[in-house]
Amino acid sequence: MVKTILRLALLGASLLSVVFGASRGEVQEVLQTAINLCLECIGIG
Amino acid sequence: MADLKRKVVQFASAIIFNSYVKGFAKGTIYRGNLKQICLPVLNCYSCPGAIGSCPIGSLQAVAAGITYQFSFYVAGFLALVGLVGGRMVCGWLCPFGLVQDLLYRVPSFKRSLPLWTRCFKYAVLVFLVLLLPVLAFDQFGLGAPTFCKWLCPAGTLEAALPLAMANEGIRGALGGLFYWRFSWLLLILLFCIIFKRAFCLILCPLGAVYSLFNRISLFSIRLDQKLCTRCGRCVAACHLRLPEVAGLNHPECIRCLKCVKQCPTGAMNWQIEVSDKKEENIYA
Repeated sequence: MVKTILRLALLGASLLSVVFGASRGEVQEVLQTAINLCLECIGIG
Repeated sequence: MADLKRKVVQFASAIIFNSYVKGFAKGTIYRGNLKQICLPVLNCYSCPGAIGSCPIGSLQAVAAGITYQFSFYVAGFLALVGLVGGRMVCGWLCPFGLVQDLLYRVPSFKRSLPLWTRCFKYAVLVFLVLLLPVLAFDQFGLGAPTFCKWLCPAGTLEAALPLAMANEGIRGALGGLFYWRFSWLLLILLFCIIFKRAFCLILCPLGAVYSLFNRISLFSIRLDQKLCTRCGRCVAACHLRLPEVAGLNHPECIRCLKCVKQCPTGAMNWQIEVSDKKEENIYA
């Protein structure tokens, strides 16, 4: 029972977190980062 | 058969997640809208073929920027994936996990890593992924993706090497950081020939996130005590001997399902369930 409640609570919190993040523009931030070459990732930065 | 199925899924996901073929040919990266979405695996977004974002890279990039210190969008996404399958993603979908599985097939002497070494990856997650990109910044207030920069072997393998091979400009710009990263990659790959999934166990911050959900995820491995004969085949099938030393659904279980496949009586099985059932351990 405890596990079920924990699962449902975390599911709700995760969904809220995604919606909150998207609503304040994080999706655009993620996109902007990902479409530009990450210099640190390839060893130039 | 279960392992063949897993290999097929691993290869398919690696190909799908990196299906922008033009990038490999031209030495560029995909710049389309799909990159708004995070992939559930450690797959560098600067890989020429990557069609989605790396969640660990995105977490750091958002934290290193000026606007936000933490990405709720990425964290919520990771929690959702973790809640569904726990570390199943590591075992079935991660391209770098596939690389490690293939390397372990190289004939050599084999050793097991002690389970306590898994603690390092939580330190990597907290310090290199969550804290340092926020706390260590330059004169412009910008941080750096510390894990991506210094420790991520997937970035070197999937992004730096293919880009350097196909793009002369990038090849010419590589310096000391690249040589460190390349040496680090070789060390990790060598380690993975001897120790199964060494990077997953010790260093992977994404594995650290998903491991937190292994005991509560909807997907779980179950044991029917009435059918179990304690033959020990499940223990022998697991490279960490988890059914014996740590119990089913341990944070380090990547859900490869070899234990389920090896069970001669069908006592061990997997299930997807929202409601609770008593957690069972083979030696409970």
